[in-house]
Amino acid sequence: MTTSRDFFVPLRDFNYDFQRSGRGRGEWDQADRIADELVPTHCAFCGVQCAMYLKVADDKVFGVEPRDYPHNRGALCPKGVVAYQQAGHEDRLLYPMIRRGGKHGDLERASWDEALDYVAGRWRDIQAQHGRDAVAVYSGSSMTNEKCYLAGKFARVGLGTRHVDYNGRLCMSSAAGAYSQAFGMDRSPLPMPDYELAKCFLVVGTNVAECFPVATQWLWNARDRGATMIVIDPRETATARTADLWLPVKPGTDLAVLNGILRQLIHDGLVDEEYIASRTVGWEDVRASVEPFTPEEAERLSGVPRERIVAAARMFGEADPSLILHARGIEHSSHGVANCLACINLALARGQVGKRGGGTTMLTGQGNGQGGREVGQKASQLPGYRHIDDPEARRYVSEVWGISEEELPGEGAAATEMVRLMADGDIKSTLVLCSNLMVSLPDNAVVEQALANLDPLVVIDFFMSETASRADVVLPGTAWLEDEGTTTNLEGRVVKINRAASPPGEARSDWWIMRELARRMGKGDHFQFDGPRELWDELRVASRGGIADYYGMSWERIEEEQGLFWPCPTEGHPGTPRLFEERFNHPDGKARMIATPYRGPVEEPSEDYPFRLTTGRVVYHYLSGNQTRRIGFLNSQAPEPWVEVHPQAAARLGIVNGERVRVRTARGSMEVPASVVPTIRPDTLFIPFHYGELEAVNQVTNSAVDPVVKIPEYKACAAALEPLSTPVAGTRPLAHRAVTADEQPAMFPYEVGEARLLKSLPSGGPRAQRLPSVGANGAGDEQNERSDDG
Amino acid sequence: MVDTLFIDPSRCIGCRACEAGCRECDTHKGESMVMVDFVDRGMSVATQPTTCMHCEDPVAPCAQVCPAVAILITEDGVVQQADPSRCIGCQNCVYACPFGVPKFDVEARLMKKCNLCYDRTVQGAQPWCAQVCPTDAIWYGDFEAFTRERAGVPVNETTFGDQTVHTRVYHVMSEEHTATFDVTRLLGEADRERFESRTEAWVL
Repeated sequence: MTTSRDFFVPLRDFNYDFQRSGRGRGEWDQADRIADELVPTHCAFCGVQCAMYLKVADDKVFGVEPRDYPHNRGALCPKGVVAYQQAGHEDRLLYPMIRRGGKHGDLERASWDEALDYVAGRWRDIQAQHGRDAVAVYSGSSMTNEKCYLAGKFARVGLGTRHVDYNGRLCMSSAAGAYSQAFGMDRSPLPMPDYELAKCFLVVGTNVAECFPVATQWLWNARDRGATMIVIDPRETATARTADLWLPVKPGTDLAVLNGILRQLIHDGLVDEEYIASRTVGWEDVRASVEPFTPEEAERLSGVPRERIVAAARMFGEADPSLILHARGIEHSSHGVANCLACINLALARGQVGKRGGGTTMLTGQGNGQGGREVGQKASQLPGYRHIDDPEARRYVSEVWGISEEELPGEGAAATEMVRLMADGDIKSTLVLCSNLMVSLPDNAVVEQALANLDPLVVIDFFMSETASRADVVLPGTAWLEDEGTTTNLEGRVVKINRAASPPGEARSDWWIMRELARRMGKGDHFQFDGPRELWDELRVASRGGIADYYGMSWERIEEEQGLFWPCPTEGHPGTPRLFEERFNHPDGKARMIATPYRGPVEEPSEDYPFRLTTGRVVYHYLSGNQTRRIGFLNSQAPEPWVEVHPQAAARLGIVNGERVRVRTARGSMEVPASVVPTIRPDTLFIPFHYGELEAVNQVTNSAVDPVVKIPEYKACAAALEPLSTPVAGTRPLAHRAVTADEQPAMFPYEVGEARLLKSLPSGGPRAQRLPSVGANGAGDEQNERSDDG
Repeated sequence: MVDTLFIDPSRCIGCRACEAGCRECDTHKGESMVMVDFVDRGMSVATQPTTCMHCEDPVAPCAQVCPAVAILITEDGVVQQADPSRCIGCQNCVYACPFGVPKFDVEARLMKKCNLCYDRTVQGAQPWCAQVCPTDAIWYGDFEAFTRERAGVPVNETTFGDQTVHTRVYHVMSEEHTATFDVTRLLGEADRERFESRTEAWVL
């Protein structure tokens, strides 16, 4: 748990976690070996893709050395420092396994031939009986572009199925949808070092400090130069702690705050009319749509004090350039696209997009979260960010792949819909790679049923994940340092991953596995390659002329030029670090401003479920934790999930810090220790999501999705919290009284920043205006009753 | 032009990359000599990294009290961890250090602490903690470069009641603080009640 650790355990006043958790003294004694080679590469975790060197001797990776690169400047977060310890890890999967005794049998060792023949045989039978679409591919973005590209091609050419999608659906699809709609191109518009130029950051639903630690340096550097920072988050995160202004929003209601800020900008005359007129369309619609979001209305909906909304609008509106950073906090929502569009509207209204250090950007989460969504493994996409419905794109890609246009399947189911198809029996078998559905998908009781329906469920992984342990066939893949290729980081910078060691046992790379399966499916002619370099060259051609054009990038250029930004259409093209400086990617060159009327989360708190439950990351873990939970140092820092609850809420329920409690929603319940901290809204609960089985918060999350991009609403559902002494079934949670004016929970103001800001505001400052109405505010009381009465 | 560490807790995000990096050092082999602590998790997410401050003037208190002269200071002013051939395991240093830095490894019967990654810094490289720190909360370089590149007031004089120590390593304070860091006075002035009363109502 992220509470203070006590170093002064008897006989252990030193921190020996590492030795105790899976890595012996013997291994450390080898740590001062001289490396034969320092292999330059990038981290396995998160979209920043920090550069690093791996220390290699005798084909073994035994350490890490920092590597200076434009975006990480030699820095690494704790995950990056220890990422190399996945090499030679004792939990690695070493050989293929088959459940010969059926669903209730054990996974037994098999040869590659037996496993691959079995899978291909089953797939041929299933497709003959139920059609091609009865076999699906569920892929991921934490692997190289080469593999992501191959996953899409393997599904559409090797299997001929339309059902291929990937876990970026759960991650980036809201932002991708919004940026495509507004700008005609889905990529971060600026490189990370440009953040330093910003004069104000509006950080919306992203805990940059814990999720992208290395990106934080650019924010802090900008603040050294006088930049201000506004954070919209239900928790006072490490990012929010020193912010000039913290807007503690109710989970799922960010749209009200964003629209409220835009309205205030309009009323304060802080919009850039000239920019809006010359570079955008749709402003009048947007202007009219935000008018109802007065500070009072925004406060009523979002729980953010109105004076902070006004202060935020002025701080943001008076800064130039200003930069909006957003991530899963607003994207994991049943209206995720609208949330991102609201951020885009703010940036456009201030005339910031295309300016150095200004605009709006998404912080992509997965290692190759950007590349994974543009090389053609998404249900609706072909390589080069082409749409699968576009006749010209279909013609071009089928020509590259050497198939007829009719053979190329159409759009398939989104990852979240695919699970329903599995549960309903429409999909009979799925190949899962680079994904851990049992941890990552919401409402995982349904997921478990879906996976159990599959025969066979085929999983490629290099550790036994919660999903692999349910598979009928497990195929051992390679870890990131055992293969080469490229990834595209959250800036749109394509970087080169290099091979540092051989895979252990019989483990083989995903591309080898897919190629061998394709051969057994009789499609070997289309998969004639000996390694990732040939795949890369094929991908370059396949992406040529598309939005995400990689054609001009050779591996050599990427390494020599310290990464290249797409689009890069020719060998001589320098790449495109900054987008939209002159024009947007719509035919008329203008950005679209799209109105975003308010929508709240699908589940609002009720009498039975009075809290809002939100989920998120911990700095020590990555995604489903299948990798990081096995690395001693990381796991020792956060070995199990917890629920953060405000002291006032805990006191009402009689819960003390560290006590195990039950969190219950309409889906089910889970038991976790309580972390009683004042750094969270009193009506909100937070549980980190990196854990599996009985520790998975996705046992209780809501599977509602955004209607356009089908991203699940992980970040807001209604929940109850109760001590374990409460009987499990058939009873209501302990009574919650309405909070009276005297008992209003208090929140922290800041020593730095906000106090300074409030002083500088005219007419006695909003605090003075606010004080008489504390607790006596009609709208506020109504809200109290709704969330706390019960 | 002395290269040293500058520690700015206002930049610290508590990620413990410094701890993870410190473990990678060839001389420590898996043990971290830097500590990251929550100041008070019951109040805030604020965190503070602690390395050896490498006291200069007077001679480092840990070295002063060592009866076996096991804590040696190099000519360039870096206070080394106890020499294993001299340390008698008395733990005087553990009690003498005003910053609580030296740790006693019972099993090894040896005091251990940060030596500013001596193997790396003598070759011009940065110590692991500063090298990896994602937020530059731990920063390595000389005073002039720091004041040129960064905001905040570097302070290397810390007072604990009657004892004042000058350190090679700097803490970075916000602009409103003076050039000395009087821990006892600040503790006396800390008015928890006043802090807690500076609150406003949640809107639920």
